[in-house]
Amino acid sequence: MSRLLRFLPLALLALVIVGLVWRLANPSDTAVRSQMVGKPAPSFTATPALPGREGLTSAALADGTPKLVNFFASWCVPCIAEAPVLMELKRRGVTIEGIAVRDRPEDIAVFLQQHGDPFARIGADPQSKAQFAFGSAGVPESFVIDGRGIVRLQHVGPIAAGDIPTILVALEAAR
Amino acid sequence: MNRLLLIIALLSATPAFADSTMPPAYWANRQLPDARQEAQAVSLMEELRCLVCQGQSIADSDAELAGDMRDLVRRRIATGERPAAVRAWLVERYGNWVSYRPPSAPVAWPLWLAPIVLLGAGVLLARSRLKRRNAQ
Repeated sequence: MSRLLRFLPLALLALVIVGLVWRLANPSDTAVRSQMVGKPAPSFTATPALPGREGLTSAALADGTPKLVNFFASWCVPCIAEAPVLMELKRRGVTIEGIAVRDRPEDIAVFLQQHGDPFARIGADPQSKAQFAFGSAGVPESFVIDGRGIVRLQHVGPIAAGDIPTILVALEAAR
Repeated sequence: MNRLLLIIALLSATPAFADSTMPPAYWANRQLPDARQEAQAVSLMEELRCLVCQGQSIADSDAELAGDMRDLVRRRIATGERPAAVRAWLVERYGNWVSYRPPSAPVAWPLWLAPIVLLGAGVLLARSRLKRRNAQ
């Protein structure tokens, strides 16, 4: 018994090493999942992010048509990659509402001019308040909201061209 | 010469972090005038996880989002909201993950019981060892 016991530390070490190698090969998912999925969209009021444009309130989200709420920022590099995909979604008839996180009107105007403007309304979120209300942890991030104003899907990170079917299916289901 | 170039390059490099150019939120790095409320806010901030640098509390983190969350905590505490209510508001959105204080729900019972079990096991082990030594 003591002979076998002698190898126990070695076996434990081997176990630890196997665990470490496995974790290196399969990095854990660090995306923060919002707990708001399945619940009514939180109440918030975002003033217009650009002069002459409409801001965004939670009341406007429950008007009967499903929507995509997109958190973005002019200083966010992945948002540039996402912009053409949002334009494609808009072309396919998706209503996209924008929330500009920690941004200035002049910077947003330049960003939209350069990369396209897919947004129906754009609310300003200078202190990330709407972001916290949604349980969101960064930009870009998007939420599918159904016609009754209930959060149906969270997409963390930029929507890639390959994600379009998933988003469209979620929007269809939210009808 | 190379070293000088390296130093210049390091000084001019911007952090890999994507951050906005906006100043920090008003209450991000400012203490509340009421010392009792500030103490409440700080002890709560030390137990809330930063969403960006996930091993740090928002009290320790320099991330903009952590600054905005400190602003949110201080504003709510200043209006008289209880720290437990502020924590519950965040847990409702981000899950228990956002709070460093384990909940008292059944899922966390092993965590609370572990120290007692380990202490008990230690006492038993020490007793059997001491007994054996005395017998010799």
